[in-house]
Amino acid sequence: MPLTRAQVERIAHLCRLELDPAEIPQFEHSLSRIIEFIGELDRADTAGVLPMAHPLPGLLQRLRPDAVTEQDEHALLQQNAPAVAAGLYLVPKVIE
Amino acid sequence: MNATTGAAVTGGHTGVVWETVIGLEIHAQLATRSKIFSGAPTAYGAPPNTQACLVDLGYPGVLPVLNAEAVRMAVRFGLAIGAQIAPLSVFARKNYFYPDLPKGYQISQYELPIVARGTLEIVLEDGTRKRIGVTRAHLEEDAGKSLHEGLGGLTGIDLNRAGTPLLEIVSEPEMRSAREAVAYMKKVHTLVRYLEICDGNMQEGSFRCDANVSVRPLGTEKFGTRTEIKNINSFRYVEKAIQYEVARQIELIESGGTVIQETRLFDPDRGETRSMRSKEEANDYRYFPDPDLLPLALDAPYIESVRAELPELPDAKAARLCREYGLSEYDAGVLTASRELADYYEAVVHAVPQQPKLAANWVMGELAAALNKAGLEIASGPLPAERLAGLLVRIADQTISGKIAKEVFEAMWASGQSADAIIAAKGLQQITDVGAIERAIEEVMARNPDQLAEYRAGKDKLFGFFVGQVMKATQGKANPAQLNAVLKKRLAG
Amino acid sequence: MAERPTLTQWVTDLRAGKVSSCELVRASLARIEASQARLNAFVTVTADEAMAQAEAADRDLAAGRGGPLAGVPIAHKDLFCTAGVRTTCGSRMLENFVAPYDATVVARLRAAGAVMLGKLNMDEFAMGSSNETSHFGPVRNPWNTDRVPGGSSGGSAAAVAAGLVSAATATDTGGSIRQPASFCGVTGIKPTYGRVSRYGMIAFASSLDQGGVIAASAEDCARVLGVMAGFDPRDSTSVDVAVPDYLDALDAPLAGIRIGVLREFFDPGLDARYERCVRDALALFERLGARLREVSLPNIPRSVPAYYVVAPAECSSNLARYDGVRFGHRCREPRDLEDLYKRSRSEGFGAEVKRRIMTGTYVLSAGYYDAYYLKAQRVRRLITADFERAFGAVDLLMGPTTPTTAFALGAKSADPVTMYLNDIYTISANLAGLPAMSVPCGFVEGLPAGLQIIGPHFAEQRLLHAAHRYQLETDWHRRVPERCP
Repeated sequence: MPLTRAQVERIAHLCRLELDPAEIPQFEHSLSRIIEFIGELDRADTAGVLPMAHPLPGLLQRLRPDAVTEQDEHALLQQNAPAVAAGLYLVPKVIE
Repeated sequence: MNATTGAAVTGGHTGVVWETVIGLEIHAQLATRSKIFSGAPTAYGAPPNTQACLVDLGYPGVLPVLNAEAVRMAVRFGLAIGAQIAPLSVFARKNYFYPDLPKGYQISQYELPIVARGTLEIVLEDGTRKRIGVTRAHLEEDAGKSLHEGLGGLTGIDLNRAGTPLLEIVSEPEMRSAREAVAYMKKVHTLVRYLEICDGNMQEGSFRCDANVSVRPLGTEKFGTRTEIKNINSFRYVEKAIQYEVARQIELIESGGTVIQETRLFDPDRGETRSMRSKEEANDYRYFPDPDLLPLALDAPYIESVRAELPELPDAKAARLCREYGLSEYDAGVLTASRELADYYEAVVHAVPQQPKLAANWVMGELAAALNKAGLEIASGPLPAERLAGLLVRIADQTISGKIAKEVFEAMWASGQSADAIIAAKGLQQITDVGAIERAIEEVMARNPDQLAEYRAGKDKLFGFFVGQVMKATQGKANPAQLNAVLKKRLAG
Repeated sequence: MAERPTLTQWVTDLRAGKVSSCELVRASLARIEASQARLNAFVTVTADEAMAQAEAADRDLAAGRGGPLAGVPIAHKDLFCTAGVRTTCGSRMLENFVAPYDATVVARLRAAGAVMLGKLNMDEFAMGSSNETSHFGPVRNPWNTDRVPGGSSGGSAAAVAAGLVSAATATDTGGSIRQPASFCGVTGIKPTYGRVSRYGMIAFASSLDQGGVIAASAEDCARVLGVMAGFDPRDSTSVDVAVPDYLDALDAPLAGIRIGVLREFFDPGLDARYERCVRDALALFERLGARLREVSLPNIPRSVPAYYVVAPAECSSNLARYDGVRFGHRCREPRDLEDLYKRSRSEGFGAEVKRRIMTGTYVLSAGYYDAYYLKAQRVRRLITADFERAFGAVDLLMGPTTPTTAFALGAKSADPVTMYLNDIYTISANLAGLPAMSVPCGFVEGLPAGLQIIGPHFAEQRLLHAAHRYQLETDWHRRVPERCP
């Protein structure tokens, strides 16, 4: 089933992308192609097969000792920030 | 609006009896030194962004590594509530955009939490006990903070808190009143502090909760539509927010409206909850297992090693205080409200082993009142347990009366001196010498011949008058029991 | 230039004092400069830093010190973070991003004495198979500049093929090392998932991404991989398994090795002339003492659709951090928070990245998660199980790296699925986390073809051994494009 324009717009909103109205038809088309293509998976018989999230089965999470290893580097780290004041990252007013 | 403190409320318009249904999601910040997935410090109150490292900021290329202590703390909690510790738990990403969430997702646990199916028991006002189910407790990372003041209409983001480990403790929807919710929250608060996994500081946000609230006609099974009140950080606000929300929902339904499932915020200044429009849009968090983290496996030897380190827990401690010291359940409950208080009490009893009840009365009475008045915690008050015990020893050996003891206590609190030093300096030793008491009685009798005659003629009420006169003559230092006995004999003639 | 420089030769010559690092670096920088307009392999060239490093390396070498790669010029794919040197990921989003830290791979190579000449062009955020999605313009294939070099590590493969550097780091999420290596006639290895640290390697799809190397030969790859590989406590998915000496026993005979010929890789999509090259290579292995048998992995054909669920899902989440707040592109004068997010991201990302973010968002969203994401993860297990079964009977699997040689620029831009299908033979190794490499095995109309070798987990040594033995008998990997600068 091809995606509708409304679906494409909803997905774009969910991942915070603003699509130019002119490019929406292209995305509608290419995403529909992709969705159709991955829809092939439907035909695979996976009854009783557990999903696999990691490529190395049996590998388990390692734990880190609870120690402070990082120093204050905010001046360096904020050199990449587009807008900073008083050590804070600035964004347009957030209304709660 | 109706007052709603009990379990059921009768609607103002329809007479329908409404039942409140509450579930709490408590967020307890775990008291680790470093963050859950990075080596940045977790201390509160540092200048903005000085405790946010590459990982906390979600810098390109960085990866999370799990803090062992956060895991151990979660397991401690799970064991303390008799829950199942998952042999395998999984970290998942909860995806949403918000400026205080640096990566655009929060690492949390979704389908397989580390702790599942525990229970806690709360004591209701009438003394009955109620078990509240804990659905799950899972590890996750805290977000940063948004600041809105003094930035020229912009919002500033401080990510120091981002990545602080949280244990989210989710209850079953089994509470039926705001008071029950508060009792449950207090119970969890006590427990996490006993376990030393959270400092419980609600003002700093170390311990806070979201309340899911709905109402339904009493006797029906189907839950009403719930609202979620976010980020409440005091017991009083929890009670007020729930009361307000219950009344709001009942009034809404009874006037023909319907409750919308939404997130609301409690405004303590106005005592109201209001809709959070910014979070209103349909959430689609797109949870999926975090591919940067592997399944967390905890084996039985590990779990047993954590169990072996558990301290005595509040309920067990209260039961033991009842058993060993003959305290009432109520007193034991009060004294075990915090581990520090219970330790203090037991240190006092250790010094006056014959007087556990006296010790309980003083700890819960004078001491608690003085601490409360001064706004101090038990650990930071001016009277160490040995000092208070020194005072009780003098009560027990009858050096001073209970009444004088209060005077001594005040002086101790103010000066930090020992009870003995104050008693000696002020000459407050009780008179226990029978001869001295008799001499005082003789003098009083001699000065009041009319009252003596009336007493001997049958006016028993005057006994109190003579007690008062003798006490006055001895500056209150006569031993009351001895005084009573001797006075009775002498007045009889 | 008659022959492509090999890293192994340079290491030997540097140690022997036959050549200095400064000479090598100066010559490489000159070649890079001369090639840039034609190939566009580099995004950033760090000439001054490189000369300083070369001088230091020469001092070390003169003093008999220096690590295993002391003085050897290399370059990094521009998604490995390099402290103080911008890391763009081929994206406008990170056009001015300067990482304050070194990726573990970068730090290890630096510690081994390698001299970094700069950062290599790539498909934007490693999403692409042709290097056409780079914000910094496409890389061109040194064998024919009308052709793509492959992707996403197109800059790495082109730079090695053109002799600009002797080795380059690269990453492989669905074929991004092997496919460009095959298109450019060079050797590339993607190790086992977890073998090389991902710390500081800007993520595309975390459960599939793996760093590796592209070089002129298997022996050169072995030298570099030996330095890159190993446990890293900063990466939870890094594996604490000892790294063998990959150079050890490279020359040992191949006799008795069991090679599975992957039936599903010889499908109707495979160009017949390309197939001829691969079959010839297999025949050579047989002559070298290997035992060949056909192996069927029935779930392999589902690897591309499974991949195009898993990879976009992870990418949609991994790329959510680019929001214009802490780093990266920020739109001008945002009206409100939503505008800041939407315009910063839409201006910062190119069309293919947007397409993958949207695909991933869709497959994870409520109502589709089970049908797509979980289904794909189940298929992933089936594919992995196919490989496990196969490796019960054979030591290595072989087949073509790609269905065709390098295609023309623009040839597959119209339809994303056509482009995706170019990775049909490479993707399954990523889904199963297996080590795999591509080795030059012939030419079709002047364009290189690649033999793909896949092994079981942590069998890098076996792969390198087989490839090296093959390269002792062939000279495909030594051939260089005519118009090399």
